[in-house]
Amino acid sequence: MRTLKFLLQKEFRQIFRNKALLRMMFMTPIIQLIILPQAANFTIKNINLAVVDLDRSVYSQKLINKILSSGYFKMAAFTPSYKDAYELIEKDKADIVLEIPQGFEHNLTRESSQKLSLSVNAINGVKAAVGSGYLNKIIQDYNNDIRLEWMQPSTINQIPTIEVVSSNWYNPTLSYYLFMVPGILVLLVTLIGGNMTAQNIVREKEIGTIEQINVTPVKKYHFILGKLIPFWTLGVIVFTMGLVIARIVYGIIPLGSVALLYLFLSVYLLAILGFGLLISTYSETPMQANSLTFFFVQIFNMMGGLYTPIDSMPGWAKFITEIIPISYFIDVMRMIVIKGSHFHDVLMHILIVFLMGVILNTWAILNYRKTT
Amino acid sequence: METVIKTKDLTKRFGDFVAVDKISFEVKKGEIFGFLGANGAGKTTAMRMLCGLSRPTSGEATVAGIDVYHNPEDIKKNIGYMSQKFSLYEDLTVLENIKFYAGIYGLSDNDIKEKSNELVEKLGLQEQANKLVQSLPLGWRQKLSFSVAIVHQPKVVFLDEPTGGVDPSMRKQFWDMIYDASEKGITIFVTTHYLDEAEYCDRICIMVDGRIEALDTPALLKKNFGVDNITEVFYQLARKAKRSGD
Repeated sequence: MRTLKFLLQKEFRQIFRNKALLRMMFMTPIIQLIILPQAANFTIKNINLAVVDLDRSVYSQKLINKILSSGYFKMAAFTPSYKDAYELIEKDKADIVLEIPQGFEHNLTRESSQKLSLSVNAINGVKAAVGSGYLNKIIQDYNNDIRLEWMQPSTINQIPTIEVVSSNWYNPTLSYYLFMVPGILVLLVTLIGGNMTAQNIVREKEIGTIEQINVTPVKKYHFILGKLIPFWTLGVIVFTMGLVIARIVYGIIPLGSVALLYLFLSVYLLAILGFGLLISTYSETPMQANSLTFFFVQIFNMMGGLYTPIDSMPGWAKFITEIIPISYFIDVMRMIVIKGSHFHDVLMHILIVFLMGVILNTWAILNYRKTT
Repeated sequence: METVIKTKDLTKRFGDFVAVDKISFEVKKGEIFGFLGANGAGKTTAMRMLCGLSRPTSGEATVAGIDVYHNPEDIKKNIGYMSQKFSLYEDLTVLENIKFYAGIYGLSDNDIKEKSNELVEKLGLQEQANKLVQSLPLGWRQKLSFSVAIVHQPKVVFLDEPTGGVDPSMRKQFWDMIYDASEKGITIFVTTHYLDEAEYCDRICIMVDGRIEALDTPALLKKNFGVDNITEVFYQLARKAKRSGD
């Protein structure tokens, strides 16, 4: 225990003297949590719409107004013909062309039926699908408005229609921040925790101080605990800063227990610091540690379920998400923060990540050699 | 006299390369034992095996009566080590470094306090005691390293080229510290490139291509080789080397 005290004292002194490290530790979460969620936003806005209004009637104007007032579309141009509009798509100035044929008002009011044409630039598939979806919904609404206006209440009931009403649970306003910010915070804690630990030990290897420690009677587990505890503490601090930022900037307040979040964080940090340790035992120079970290970070980034839903990944990819700890934390964060899940809901996650922590740390201790 | 280091046919191979080839010698308590050899002769490898940093391939070795195979960790309580690289923490102060190493060697709080004050005074570092080690000149750092390596009163201290790059007057002071430690009963095992330093040792051992080619007191070596300085002895032996320096 006494040995550990000296190791910890030394480690904290070094950390608090390292201005570059402190700056990185405190500035990264602030900057990244403020900037990243703005960019990593899948809400499709600013869809450029070109309108070919061949009818130029009150009804066509009403429809256009309704579309523009939704806030998702930007009027790229009014063009006299479809050909002109198509050119705009070719030049990437328009994403969707809405063609309102001649006689739109007449047919709609007299014959109760009218076709509209939508042409969608589908290079960006997501934007195209979401954009035409929005547009369809708006036109449907418009259609209902007209029906209400024109038909007698008695006749409405004669035409059976199915109306689908969906209600969004847990995230009623479909706020993208509520979904992304907790996930990005997990990624940050992972990067900072794993990388700092790896870099720290490899640095001691490089400057030779680790050899000096290796000729002392310091036990392996003392040395490793002496590294884990300080970085565990830093991880908790970074996470706390992240929660505060999420609250101040995005108004995100965890629905579930904050204590439960911290319980999971504690276990998670054990695993991720063990991962950093393991990387350091396989690297001789900071460069090697960086390359290794970079390799895994890419996987964590894309396969942790931060951006894309794990459920829609192929089987082999799902397997990878099951063996990386980050996917569990992202899941737990969303469960507790958005859904308000309880202890028994995340118990399995805790146990799995704890097991990963035990494996990673044991592996690191076994692979850390005082004697070559 | 008590034997502190004893080796018999100690060997270290790295694949096909025999870094240390069946070396056998004994070092007595309080002795200053010099290890000489060209770059790549196997000095550092031999020393690392004795410190428990590297596992021997074959042969026998005991340090402070403890077997290097079975209890390398027990050896570590009884030795001090100063590597070629400067290995104190540059971002800690002089006092913090001394206290840290004293602490992990298990000295009591009182001893730590006493020892660190004594060391700082002896080194004349009172003014620098609370300055970061990175601000010290090389010569001072080496003296501090040595003091830290013997802060726990080990039975043996291993010094790997401790005076490399240090100016002559500082080297002289460094050797005074070595004598001082030797008088207190600490056995000194030192490798060096400086052949004039070999004359300061009680006995020297010259390694060529991983083998011990000569082992005796400086006076007897000179006499046996019929020359009047160790440099000549070294050149005669080193000429036989087949390995090129690194």
